[in-house]
Amino acid sequence: MRIPYRPLAIGLVTLAFSALVLARAQAGDRHFFAPVADSVVKEECGSCHLAFAPSMLPARSWQRMMGELDNHFGDNASLDPATAEKITSYLVANAGDAGGQRYSSKLLKGVATGAAPQRITELPKWVSEHRKVPDWEWRHKEVRTKANCVACHTAAEQGYYEE
Amino acid sequence: MKNMLVVTSGIVAMILSTVTLAGPREDLLAQYAAAAKATGFSAARGQTLHTQNFSGGKPDTPSCTTCHGKDTRGAGRALTGKAIEPVAVSVTPTRYTDPAKVEKWFKRNCTEVLGRECTPQEKGDWLTFVIGQ
Ligand code: HEC
Ligand code: HEC
Ligand code: HEC
Repeated sequence: MRIPYRPLAIGLVTLAFSALVLARAQAGDRHFFAPVADSVVKEECGSCHLAFAPSMLPARSWQRMMGELDNHFGDNASLDPATAEKITSYLVANAGDAGGQRYSSKLLKGVATGAAPQRITELPKWVSEHRKVPDWEWRHKEVRTKANCVACHTAAEQGYYEE
Repeated sequence: MKNMLVVTSGIVAMILSTVTLAGPREDLLAQYAAAAKATGFSAARGQTLHTQNFSGGKPDTPSCTTCHGKDTRGAGRALTGKAIEPVAVSVTPTRYTDPAKVEKWFKRNCTEVLGRECTPQEKGDWLTFVIGQ
């Protein structure tokens, strides 16, 4: 008679665990960066790479990037003006410094006021968080580039960057 | 005689319905055919376009297969490491049903690989190739 209770117990533990994770995430966990929720942004900014979380860069960064899509890190990622405008407002509204906050995310610590960094992977805080990652790991064929967050952070699509 | 008429109108109805049922992929092919003044498209030419190495585009993307992979029914991979769903319609049936998406990526990817936009003839050949895969 004990056996039937097991799955239930495990189910309850799982439930409790995800509730915990959720609560931590909502409380502004430093590992959590809300993923893109807008379907247009996901489609247009998520086909060549992970749709990066808007909170990882300040609003100025997104504004500049969206104005230079014809030369986007060497690629042409241009969009029609209406789509580009829609995406810009989403990124800006959800940026790391949205709503006039200094910086909501620790990832933006050390970024000069007024600066518009274009790479998350060049933010001072990002670099220091990854200083221990060995060289061979970056060159691994499953990684290819620092921007391939998902290769190491398997839950990056869901917004989690623990490891 | 009456039976004959029923059969004939049945056939006519069938032909009509296949015409009206033609999906967005067929519409796209028809548009390319009109623009290219082409008499037909060739899957073999499409395959050559898909696998050939070009030198006019970017050095790190010499071919469509650089990102889409050699196997049309297998997943590809963008240079950033992100997986790309197979280009073969038999595996990814939702492909090429949004004309704006198709045109956007032809424009981007042909420029990357060939250093110029693809012609309507090339687009039609390539689509014919992957639709048959
Ligand atoms: C046609 C392909 C393509 C599309 C579409 C695209 N990107 Fe990119 N993006 C790239 C490439 C290539 C890089 C450089 C990646 C690398 O260094 O490995 C990049 C890099 C980035 C980076 C910097 C990553 C880092 O190193 O920190 C950000 C941020 C970014 N893209 C945002 C966007 C946004 C926002 C959109 C939608 C408007 C978008 N991208 C659409 C190809 C694309
Ligand atoms: C080669 C593997 C690798 C890649 C690629 C990678 N990371 Fe990391 N990342 C790590 C490791 C290892 C750590 C350290 C984890 C720790 O100490 O808990 C880390 C830590 C982090 C942290 C800090 C988490 C914490 O514990 O506070 C963030 C945020 C982060 N990465 C974001 C990113 C983003 C965004 C990208 C893509 C632009 C990325 N990472 C790409 C391996 C990687
Ligand atoms: C740099 C990487 C890269 C190269 C090279 C590349 N593609 Fe693509 N292609 C992509 C990405 C990324 C997508 C969008 C993601 C998706 O549709 O799954 C895409 C999508 C497409 C689409 C739209 C698919 C649809 O479902 O509507 C077509 C058409 C296409 N590619 C044709 C080509 C052709 C033809 C070539 C060679 C001339 C080529 N691609 C080379 C990366 C590439």
